[in-house]
This record gives sequence, C-alpha cells and structure tokens, in this order.
Amino acid sequence: MTLTKARIVENLFAKDLFTKTESTEIVETIFEIMKQTLERGEDVLISGFGKFSVKDKNERRGRNPQTGEPIILSSRRVVTFKCSGVLRQKIDKGI
Amino acid sequence: MTKSQLIEELAKAEGITIKQAEIAVNTTFESMEQALIRGERIEIRGFGSFKVKKYDGYQGRNPKTGEVINVKPKKLPFFKVGKELKERVNARKPD
Repeated sequence: MTLTKARIVENLFAKDLFTKTESTEIVETIFEIMKQTLERGEDVLISGFGKFSVKDKNERRGRNPQTGEPIILSSRRVVTFKCSGVLRQKIDKGI
Repeated sequence: MTKSQLIEELAKAEGITIKQAEIAVNTTFESMEQALIRGERIEIRGFGSFKVKKYDGYQGRNPKTGEVINVKPKKLPFFKVGKELKERVNARKPD
C-alpha cells in the first residue's frame, strides 16, 4: 500500500491534537515550506531521514536516444535526495 | 534548513505551538520512514515519490586484489522529484 499525504494526515489526526481539516492543512504546509526552501536554492536537512539538495547542472551535449541526433541539453537546476545512513540501514534490514 | 527550522516555520505559518509543530513534523517523517522500512512506496503529489529497490546478492571481485567476495542482497531507497517541485526549482535557476 502506497503512503500518500492522506495517510500522513490520518496518522497526525490520530494524535488527537488537531481536527481533520487542521491536520490536512498542517501536512500540506510542511511540504509547501520544504518546496519553498528548495525553490530558493536552499537544502533541507532532516536528521535521521535524509537531505534534499539543489544542484546546478551545466549545459551539456546529449543525444536523442531514439534518433541518435545530437542535441544541446540546457543548464538546469535539479533536486537530489541523499538518505541518512541510519535510515538506509533500517530499510536494508527491514526493521 | 534543518528539521528544527522547519518546525519553527510551521509553528509560525499555522499559528500552533512549537511542541505541536514538532509532533506534526515528526509524525510526517516517521510515517515516511515506516513505509520505506516496510518496503512501501511513498507518493507525495507535487513533491516527489520514494521507492525501495531490491538488489540480489552476487559474487564480485575486489578490483584491487582480485579476491572473490560475496556481495549480499541489499535494499536501497530512491527519490524521484515531482513535476511541480521540479518545475519550481528549475524556474529559479541562475542566469
């Protein structure tokens, strides 16, 4: 079963601190704050979980894999994620 | 941005206490952590998705010594940035 925002909202609502509407808004805001931070080019580091970073990629020559035609890939800014060592071990062991 | 800064920003944005914001942020990342440990996918619309890839074990060689070694099976998490976040981050690239 895939974890979605709706299921995170249910888990937060189960803490008996907020209404369903408040829980929904809070979870939405958490991801919105992270998006705004990354948009500014700033990294988001969640200790014990991992780090979301923004990386600038230079323009480079590539190829259309279907036609083999050379193309110029423009410079771009991308988001990468590095999982924390602790979490990586937990995932590997499944506990 | 660190987790404690995310907690402070959430408290300010939602008009809740730091303690409440801390529970909300921790619940969010604990839900995500537990899902990955169970080997489940995570899909946060507009932000991104996570999945755990399973690799079989194999017999490899130490490239320096040529010694045969057993590489154990492993599970690794991967993050794929969502369309909205990808576009928002790239729209702010320098130059």
